[in-house]
Amino acid sequence: MLRRDWRAGELNVLIVALMIAITGMTTVEFFIDRVKTALVRESNQLLGADLLIISSEPIADTFQREAESLGLKTAEIVKFPSMISNGEHSLLIEIRAVTAGYPLRGSVQLYPDAPIGLSSIAARSMWQIASGIPQSGTIWVDEKVLHQLMLKKGDSVDVGATQLRVSEFIAREPDHSVGFISMGSRILMNAADLEKTELIQLGSRVSYNLQVAGDEEMVHRFRHWAQMRLSKAQRIEGIRDARPEIKVALERSEKFLNLAALAGVVMAAAAIALAVRQFTQRHLDGCAIMRSLGASQNQLLALYVVYFLNLGLMTSGIGCLIGFATQEILSTWLTGLTETVLPLPSFWPVIHGFAVGLVLLLGFALPPVLNLRSVSTMRVLRRDIGLSNKHGLIGYLLGLLVLAALFIWKAQNLSMGLYIVMGFILAILLFGGFGWLLIKMLASFRQHANNTWRYGLARIHRRSMSSILQIVALGLGLMALLVMTLIQDDLIEDWHTSLPPDAPNYFLVNIQADQLDLLKDFFQQQGAEYPEVFPMVRGRLIKINGKVIAPEDFAHDLHAERHIRREFNLSWASQLNPDNQVTQGVWWGDAAQPKPELSIEQGIAKIIGIKLGDELTYDIAGSHFSAPVTSIRKVNWDSFRVNFFVVTPPGLLEQYPFSYITSFYVPTTESNRMHELVRAFPNILVVDMATVINQVQGMIEKVSQAVRFVFIFTVLAGFSVLYAAITATQDERIYEAAIFRTLGAHRQQLQRAWAVEFALLGGLAGLLATAGASMLGYVIAEHILHFEYRFNPWIGLIATPLGALIVLVAGLLGTRAALSTPPISTLRKLA
Amino acid sequence: MAIIGASGSGKSTLLALLAGLDLPTSGKVYLDQVDIFLLDEDQRAALRSKVLGFVFQSFQLLPALTALENVMLPLELANTDQASEKARQLLTRVGLTLRLHHYPKQLSGGEQQRVAIARAFVTMPKLLLADEPTGNLDAETGEQIIDLMFELNREQGTTLVLVTHDETLSQRCSRQIRLSHGKIV
Repeated sequence: MLRRDWRAGELNVLIVALMIAITGMTTVEFFIDRVKTALVRESNQLLGADLLIISSEPIADTFQREAESLGLKTAEIVKFPSMISNGEHSLLIEIRAVTAGYPLRGSVQLYPDAPIGLSSIAARSMWQIASGIPQSGTIWVDEKVLHQLMLKKGDSVDVGATQLRVSEFIAREPDHSVGFISMGSRILMNAADLEKTELIQLGSRVSYNLQVAGDEEMVHRFRHWAQMRLSKAQRIEGIRDARPEIKVALERSEKFLNLAALAGVVMAAAAIALAVRQFTQRHLDGCAIMRSLGASQNQLLALYVVYFLNLGLMTSGIGCLIGFATQEILSTWLTGLTETVLPLPSFWPVIHGFAVGLVLLLGFALPPVLNLRSVSTMRVLRRDIGLSNKHGLIGYLLGLLVLAALFIWKAQNLSMGLYIVMGFILAILLFGGFGWLLIKMLASFRQHANNTWRYGLARIHRRSMSSILQIVALGLGLMALLVMTLIQDDLIEDWHTSLPPDAPNYFLVNIQADQLDLLKDFFQQQGAEYPEVFPMVRGRLIKINGKVIAPEDFAHDLHAERHIRREFNLSWASQLNPDNQVTQGVWWGDAAQPKPELSIEQGIAKIIGIKLGDELTYDIAGSHFSAPVTSIRKVNWDSFRVNFFVVTPPGLLEQYPFSYITSFYVPTTESNRMHELVRAFPNILVVDMATVINQVQGMIEKVSQAVRFVFIFTVLAGFSVLYAAITATQDERIYEAAIFRTLGAHRQQLQRAWAVEFALLGGLAGLLATAGASMLGYVIAEHILHFEYRFNPWIGLIATPLGALIVLVAGLLGTRAALSTPPISTLRKLA
Repeated sequence: MAIIGASGSGKSTLLALLAGLDLPTSGKVYLDQVDIFLLDEDQRAALRSKVLGFVFQSFQLLPALTALENVMLPLELANTDQASEKARQLLTRVGLTLRLHHYPKQLSGGEQQRVAIARAFVTMPKLLLADEPTGNLDAETGEQIIDLMFELNREQGTTLVLVTHDETLSQRCSRQIRLSHGKIV
């Protein structure tokens, strides 16, 4: 029966709806699977590894042995500040002694020759990938060291008690942009030479790092193992810990992509619900005959369960194959735009695809079809005997419940899953209710309308159940499309807004007060705008409300512990920074006599557990400073502008040692300026953020493209609903066309009547979809994706007529067959 | 006129050809002095609306329309004035005054056929084609329907072509044409 129906095209709508949903879903899953791994790998290049163990004491061998036993690669880095000298000049730099294998992710880029006097674009074109690490007896120096000590290849440099020869110039290291510290001048040396330098003594400030990389599952396992064995001087870091904006971008994109796939599934459910009504009608006679020949209800039940199981399995299989092929195309296309080769996906998307396919069919198609088993055998004698609908509503409810469970499972997030489920259930109820009301209202116009409108209105009113179902299905489809469109645009704009093209790409740290005028002169001489500078005081939080706190008090929360262990950057300001927004308390104004008070950033306040009114005490260079928290601020860290966790009014911190910090944008064509600055102000730490910004922007662009691509499936799913809605009434229309034409109607007369019907259904669906999309869009943006939702006032003006137009055009195109079927063939079938 | 023959003799096919609903492999049909097979489908439909009325065995009412609206339909397709009033009058004539606003599903077989007859006669066609009009009705109802048809036929002076396998019914017509295997015998 399945083969026959498939060949005859009876199942086209069901198959199309199901395949689009499964293809869309598996494409997204396969793609997320691969892109997530690739994005994580690419972002891990910023770390130089998949995982870092960072320690202020030598790391025990057990960690390395355990990693290697799990098949992971390891490399060690020992970092510490020290002076080096070329005989004439000395320089404070960061020394990094590395073992073979460094870096495990990404690569060190070298200049073949010193890039003196070149623009950064020209210099970048010279980059070559380093093979291996510095040989014993040699060092690689970065541009800052090169410029400050005016070095050439082959020059000898005093490094502690030994001399090492400069063999290469570093253009870029993969992990130089992570974290805010260690951005200064650096050299890379072979760990084997460390002992000769005699630089590591008791009390030296050394950071020991163990890099780990390999299979994601094994890295995760290692992390779990290591977590339980870290000492208080040690911590673990992955890329999401080090670069929160990447974490946010990855999480949001994943949620959005899953939402888009889920929207496709919802629309498939709507299309299937529509299509199954016609399926049931067409199988009525066959079932009546089978019953009259002795088939029991259970036999019919078994027949249709097996029928739909087979249909589900076959269609899901095809859908998964097409999904795999589609994501291959997408992955190849994206790989061409980037340097990353996407890893192979796992098998889970296939399993999910089959699960969704079977749930959709068995949840939405089977329950109404179950009514077929109780068709009256009298139908063989009296064809006007139809079908009871006793399983219909309960069946749909069951389908909805199963779909809800599927959403929550797919969302991998209970609140997101529940939001979406509640949103759609509410939409179905409201659309159905308002749809019914609107149809009743329209019916009252019927008597006063001309014959074309009357017939169109009559069809909608007479078949109110079918009309409501079509309005709900079309409304849901349109709503899903509108929501995804609104969110997609806002999401991408939000990403791009937070990283504008002229985002600051350089930081200057450790500017002394007596250098400000000289720095200002320097910028003016360079023809550049002098950036705003901010004072910075370093202090350690030692008391909250008079109670002494220690890192050990926060051992249960690694993040909190880290913040207590390290020094805070405090500052003072009279005006609130534009990136900041006070969420609790009150910002101080320009008070002549400042009183001790603090404003703290809300993220750090939450981590440490600080509330409004709490008194905080800081140890600043041996002195104590106390003040109550009078406001809590939300800070936009994604802007790359200077911001502080803790701010006081002016006049409170100036007595302590402080320096200045600033950030600004330098076009790549003018990056030479930074070399001049480094030479003019050797004590100022110049932090190059350009690499990080490029990486993050590149990732955002890739994810935006993926989002746009996956949205195509949402649109296709919307069309499947439309297709279902039109074909659901195909048989009726062929019949009507036959009668009309026999009675003397022109094709256009019938077309006009149908056009009225389609336009009204589409318009009503558009109207309801507009309201639903605005509300659901707000909920998803604010509560799931966590970005600001911007209400679009045009949506109503566009969506309603657009809905009418789309359904009208599609409807007329889809019913051409009904108009061109010769009336006689229909009449003969009915005779 | 009655067209009689056994099942499969070609009666309904002949009726369809007469109405221009089907196309012959050869031959012509003149309806109101027009060679209908020289017209396109829309032109044939227009001619049907002016000249023909139909009564089918399975009634073929439009389920989305009430009895009144079903009868109004041919008048509206022909852009005739006062369609509602004329339809109302004819439905009263066939005894369905109290059923004007009922849907076909709410009517019995006999009542549906009365609506179909009213729809066929409401345009006062020159030619009425009836294809086994009592085929789906019991004997008593069928008798009533046939009587009604012949009455209206007399009142309007329409030419009635009745397809039937019932010899007794065919005798009520002034002329009988017998078909066998697609040929007139």
